[in-house]
Amino acid sequence: MDNSALLTLIAFSPLVGAILVLLPLGKWLGWDKDKEARIIKYGALALSLLPLGLSLILWFGYDRALDGFQFEINRPWIQVLNVNYHLGVDGLSVPLIFLTTLLTTLSIWYSGRTIKTQVREFFFLFLLLEMGMLGVFVSLDLVLFYVFWEIGLVPMYFMIGIWGQPKDRPQYSAIKFFLYTLAGSVFMLLAIIAIYLNTGTFDMITAAELRPFAGNVVLSSLAFWAFFIAFAIKVPSWPLHTWLPDAHTAAPTAGSVILAGVLLKLGAYGIIRVTMPIFPEAIKRFGLVIVILGVISIIYGALVSLAQWDLKRLIAYSSVSHMGYVLLGVGAAALAIGVADQVESATMALNGAALQMFNHGIATGALFFLVGVIYERAHLRDLKMFGGLSSKTPYYYGLFAVTAFASLGLPGLAGFWGEFFVFRGAFDIVTIWAVIGIIGIVLTAAYILWKIIQYMFLGQYDPHKIEHWTDMETGADVHEPGDVVRFEKVTLWPLVFFMVLLGVLPAIILTFFNPTFLNLMTSFIAK
Amino acid sequence: MNSSDLLFLLPELILLLAAVVVFALDLLDRDGSIKPSLPYVALAGLGLAALGLIPPAQALATQGGGRVVASTLTADTFAIFFQALAIMGVAIVILTAIPYMKGRTRYGGEFYGLLLVVTTAICFLVSASNLVMVYLGMEFLSIISYVLAGYLREDRKSGEAALKYFLYGSTASAVMLFGMSLLFGATGALDLQEIAATLAGSPAPDVVWLTLPAIILLLVGFGFKASLVPFHQWAPDTYEGAPTPITAMLSTASKAAGFAILMRAFAVTFGWTWQQWAILLTGVAVLTMTIGNLAALRQTNIKRMLAYSSIAQAGYILIGVVAVLADPARTFTGFNSVLIYLFAYVFTNTGAFAVVAAVETATGSAEIKTYAGLSQRTPWLAVLLFLFLISLAGIPPTGGFIGKFFVFGAAAQRQMWVLLAIAAVNTVVAAFYYLNVVRYMFFLPGEAGEEPIRVAAPLTGAIVLTAVVTLLLGLVPGPLIQWASNSAESLFPFLR
Repeated sequence: MDNSALLTLIAFSPLVGAILVLLPLGKWLGWDKDKEARIIKYGALALSLLPLGLSLILWFGYDRALDGFQFEINRPWIQVLNVNYHLGVDGLSVPLIFLTTLLTTLSIWYSGRTIKTQVREFFFLFLLLEMGMLGVFVSLDLVLFYVFWEIGLVPMYFMIGIWGQPKDRPQYSAIKFFLYTLAGSVFMLLAIIAIYLNTGTFDMITAAELRPFAGNVVLSSLAFWAFFIAFAIKVPSWPLHTWLPDAHTAAPTAGSVILAGVLLKLGAYGIIRVTMPIFPEAIKRFGLVIVILGVISIIYGALVSLAQWDLKRLIAYSSVSHMGYVLLGVGAAALAIGVADQVESATMALNGAALQMFNHGIATGALFFLVGVIYERAHLRDLKMFGGLSSKTPYYYGLFAVTAFASLGLPGLAGFWGEFFVFRGAFDIVTIWAVIGIIGIVLTAAYILWKIIQYMFLGQYDPHKIEHWTDMETGADVHEPGDVVRFEKVTLWPLVFFMVLLGVLPAIILTFFNPTFLNLMTSFIAK
Repeated sequence: MNSSDLLFLLPELILLLAAVVVFALDLLDRDGSIKPSLPYVALAGLGLAALGLIPPAQALATQGGGRVVASTLTADTFAIFFQALAIMGVAIVILTAIPYMKGRTRYGGEFYGLLLVVTTAICFLVSASNLVMVYLGMEFLSIISYVLAGYLREDRKSGEAALKYFLYGSTASAVMLFGMSLLFGATGALDLQEIAATLAGSPAPDVVWLTLPAIILLLVGFGFKASLVPFHQWAPDTYEGAPTPITAMLSTASKAAGFAILMRAFAVTFGWTWQQWAILLTGVAVLTMTIGNLAALRQTNIKRMLAYSSIAQAGYILIGVVAVLADPARTFTGFNSVLIYLFAYVFTNTGAFAVVAAVETATGSAEIKTYAGLSQRTPWLAVLLFLFLISLAGIPPTGGFIGKFFVFGAAAQRQMWVLLAIAAVNTVVAAFYYLNVVRYMFFLPGEAGEEPIRVAAPLTGAIVLTAVVTLLLGLVPGPLIQWASNSAESLFPFLR
């Protein structure tokens, strides 16, 4: 089979799924309401398994020894503009594609049991969002990249606005998310046009070879910043992060999982895929700025997390902090562009950044699911109201503890390796900033262990704090919290599995990242 | 004028004949039985006129370049583009008007005849290459538009709309005529090319100083038609008060005609000194975008909001005019950006107003809060209005995005970074008020017990057709880009 069709299938099968979900098949085939609801839920799940399966084929079909992009397809789309339908993956994209499809499938499974209103529209938007995210990861043409990037905005806007809880200001959060991201995108569009006017192409690979604005400090800096600001908003980097707490808190659980798990990665992916190869001088020029922004994000994010009493908001800010490590790694690698004896460190920093992306997706995705677990039962997220849950919901405590330790970077679990490689690489390149960044790990341990674990699970359970809990099986009002039920276990165990697997055998995924990043950093030396 | 010129006037002649037929049938209609079919007669007339564009297009293709018709008009691909656009736009407006005007007016027949006449006026205006014809075309278009804006005689707002439009328009026309008289006085010529030759040539150093005043005065007239700031003040009231299909026509076909004549007049007459009007128009573009968007933020009536949005869109389109680069080999030539943007904009905006017409007919109100819960009440209307709004905002994959892409591309090519930054910020600001309507439709609950809105077949057809075109232009923009680029080239010889 000609493998050039695989990426098209991966990117567009969610669209087919979305349209199928939207069609009023129930009305046409005469199903009753309950049957239709069940078919929509299980149908959406089945439809999301298709991209997941295809991404596994991609995972095992990708040849890690080969250089360059694989599964490429390049067909003209808008010939008069030299815009092509150019798709391809390399070692960075493949794991991120798998992460996207995995989290989407788990989110659809979880939402099937927790979204009660306008279910059909929810799954339609979710599958459409999946298409947008997968499209970004496979695009090798800048206009195509931009189109998929924008397509990812709209479903999230609706998910936050329609299914967000009223007390979380969903409309405010939705429009803030949209306008903030759109502002970055519009400037990115201008930079894309500038690249075209300079090189005559929109193709990422060709543009990287042609090096637009090389030698022109002002223009290359402007173009770089236009891209970087758009990506930094998504990452999100301090100080462009203020949309994130509102959006994450207001979104429904599955929305938060996808937002934190995948959408944030789009920004970091963009920096590595677009700005590094196309503007290497500019990113090296401002590499220290990226490092400093990363370190500030780490520490500021952790400190603000430490101050939160709303569990979901705390985890949202922790995302700012965790993505700061990614920025630190990318910035360090940027500074090492063209420096022959720092190629290894730079590769390690990038490995760490990419690893942190993947692990953060898994761990924070799991954390948001876990928040969903307690929120569905207690209908509040105030840490002051929880306490002593370890005695009442031990299974939940177990899952939460593993996830929390993975998030804080305990060796043996996935989160450790990302941070380790980032600091190993950054230490060689930006020693002082790496040392300052390490403080973040202590602060992370503080907010995870003290704020989350201690306030939620340790101590005595006080039955007077929360009088009413919802029983997940029956929906009835009960006095005691119920432990995790089967559908929640099914959602969380795959993520816990990966946390442990990648903690013990990080090579599984590093063998994807390392060759790609080594080639990238070495390519700057040859020039 | 010789007989071969008639070939190039074929669309106008067909349209006039169709208009006469519609008026005649309306007169002969004693018992009201013919009246319901009159819009379809008008549509047939428009269809024939569209077919009538083919012989001139073929003739132009064989001879290459433009051709002067009746010594006052120029038939070229630029004119044919706008004539085709006007015919398509008015056809959709007629579809929108069929259910809307039923029951609101006794004069249903003449309405469609007048719309055909408006289309004729636009056809003359976009090919005018003589000062007198420019003025006649503008007046022709304006006067019929005044009548159409005030068509709902029992509605005070409609009368107010027409009166404001008339007062403003007459003043603007008079100022424009004064500018034309300056040009005639300075050069003794009425033909645009002759004026350019005289002003640019050496024997006219003592009258060349009149160029800038003439540009400014002509801009008053063209700016009025295209609703550019500060000649836009008629637009919100007129758009709000006029019957919604007429608002759709004014904001799309009429505005397109305004831009067409602005481009032709400035390129042909003042192409030799384009920096003068480029700088002036840059300032106008900035003001137009900014004031249009800022004013739209505060609106609670969707027709007024779309009016200010139209004003802002004119600002973006003007950027394309300013950033002109008369080189056919380039991807972005500025003028092709304008044509692409206008084409996408005509369909998108007409579609948006069509939805507004549907909701207005069902609920009697054009307030934005009426749209609360529309996604629950009538999902397909909400989704298609959402599509039109994001196309206006410039979000892919829609025609509006392609338009913005080309306009930004042209400006980037000219390295107009400040203008681009202002346009980018304006795009984000605009997204806010477009999404505000989406917020009402999807996030807020409607009143309890609301029935789904039933939309008559012609209006449904108009909405679906414009939605399909909007989406199609975003996914397969190639043919439009080719057509627009070819058409824009007609004006390049004057700009080198």
